[in-house]
Amino acid sequence: MKSLIKIVAIAVVFVAVSCNKSTAPNYQFMPNMYESAGYETYGEAAFRDGVEAQLPAEGSVPRGHIPFDIDNTTEGYELAKASLTNPLDSTAVDLERGKELYNIYCGICHGTKGDGQGNLVKREKILGIPSYDDAGRAITAGSIYHTIYYGKNAMGSYANQLNEEERWQVVSYVLKLKADLEK
Amino acid sequence: MKKSYQSLEVNITNNMEKVIHRKLSANILRLGLMVLLAFTTSLSAQDGDPAKGKALFNANCAACHKLDKKMTGPALRNVEARLSDEQGLDRDWLYAWIRNSAGMVKSGDSYANKIYNEYSGAAMTAFPQLSDEDIDNILAYTAEEKAAPAEGVAGAGAVATQAPATSGGISNEIILGALAILFILLAAGLYLVNKTLRRFAEAQNIELPEETKRTPLWKAFVQNQFLMIVVAIFFLLASAYYVYGYFMQVGVDQGYQPVQPIHFSHKIHAGDNGIDCKYCHSSARVSKTSGIPSLNVCMNCHKSIYEYNGETSPEYSKEFYDGEIQKLYAAAGWSDADQKYTGESQPVKWVRIHNLPDFAYFNHSQHVTVAGVECQTCHGPVEEMEVMYQHAPLTMGWCINCHRETNVAVKDNAYYEKIHEELSKKYGVEELTAAQMGGLECGKCHY
Repeated sequence: MKSLIKIVAIAVVFVAVSCNKSTAPNYQFMPNMYESAGYETYGEAAFRDGVEAQLPAEGSVPRGHIPFDIDNTTEGYELAKASLTNPLDSTAVDLERGKELYNIYCGICHGTKGDGQGNLVKREKILGIPSYDDAGRAITAGSIYHTIYYGKNAMGSYANQLNEEERWQVVSYVLKLKADLEK
Repeated sequence: MKKSYQSLEVNITNNMEKVIHRKLSANILRLGLMVLLAFTTSLSAQDGDPAKGKALFNANCAACHKLDKKMTGPALRNVEARLSDEQGLDRDWLYAWIRNSAGMVKSGDSYANKIYNEYSGAAMTAFPQLSDEDIDNILAYTAEEKAAPAEGVAGAGAVATQAPATSGGISNEIILGALAILFILLAAGLYLVNKTLRRFAEAQNIELPEETKRTPLWKAFVQNQFLMIVVAIFFLLASAYYVYGYFMQVGVDQGYQPVQPIHFSHKIHAGDNGIDCKYCHSSARVSKTSGIPSLNVCMNCHKSIYEYNGETSPEYSKEFYDGEIQKLYAAAGWSDADQKYTGESQPVKWVRIHNLPDFAYFNHSQHVTVAGVECQTCHGPVEEMEVMYQHAPLTMGWCINCHRETNVAVKDNAYYEKIHEELSKKYGVEELTAAQMGGLECGKCHY
């Protein structure tokens, strides 16, 4: 009888330990204090696709938005390359911030020096990243902005990771890198 | 009428025979041409250096072309032989196309226009800086045979290196199991021996020596009042400790490690490849939430990276990782064969790990951009996590502790200039902690 109690006790301890799964969240005391009636970011909701994250209504314009009229075509690229210029004046250009953003979003492929030797290229994950001083491309502020906005070839658009002002800061920094490479 | 039909039939059979003959001769001719072509390609492969070509290809072409797979541009394995075979275009055409493809499209070259339209008007970048020799080298590289055996050897090597580890694990388990069975048999044997001996003793009327009657130890223990009081106090304290610990972990999800719908390895992305956290979690810079990247951010790289070529383990094999990339393609609606979006996307139901209760306010941008706190301070060594888990307890005590210990980066920050000056006078310190600036006020996080 005594040994039976011992066995049961050990079994209970084992079950208690093995049930402590980290793949399920812990229970909460008064859960309605934790989960309010409001929508949680990225939560489920009775909208399209059942998600809270929805696109803004069609035609809505964010505050401070300036439309970008050039198309995502080869002609648009050439137009931007020839005509689009940086709206930031020399006082608004912050190369420090441009560098920070560049190293986060661009440096991983284009290299922190802009020579096309980023970490992903060195590890042969993504290949064929051109250097900014590539003569055949001859990039300008407009073409850089167009490429960040729409992407080009295998490169995707960065318009949702960088806002307009940040894109132009990156453009300024890329032009600085290009000038450094051409020295 | 009948006659004419017959003559027609004869005619037809004659013609058919002729056709067959003609086909035969054409086939022989084609065979000869192929032999000749094979010869010429092997000749042309010799006049370029494939090793140099590979470097040039990786630097200039690989952004849009792969050797054996359609990408932004067509696959380029044996491009020269294929072009001369199928289109009758020679190397001079390739020189002109590579140096100035847009010019050739404009000049009305028929194949140039065909390929331009086939790839929906994606113009190939001009490479005027490539010399004839450079292009020869690149073409020599594209003419190389597919290096299949090398992969096989690498695979065998990987298997060989993995084998000892797995066999070691199995033999360990076998030894442990055998020991356990041995132990059980031994215990059962001893019990049976004891039982049989007792039965023998009973049968032969041998008196088993009686144990002398003493107060058992536990009775003596119970009768000792001092010991009982000590034990009672100890027991109460211990249970209080465990009950307190039990209540304090309610609602704390430290170590929570759910299974995600697509296995995303932070170790590979942030650790091995060194991608910045903010590349994917870009809204951590500017918003309250750190942001789960939309799938287009994944596709920035995974348009090019369609397979996994890094370290593998028995649990996470190359096939497993490749399958997860396919899951991403399915969710993003990307057809890898056509290199196009099908438009049939579906949202991925990620499982949220870090979730503060809704009565606590937390803003990522305040911590990431203003304070410049490293992501790892709260989220732990994410770059080493194969499966993401919650590193910090995310309790109020944990928040407050950090606010008490962390100095605010007030240097060169006009926003903090005035308050820094006044507060450092008030507290008589040069460095201010977040708590001294009001980081402990209830209303800062609970309102």
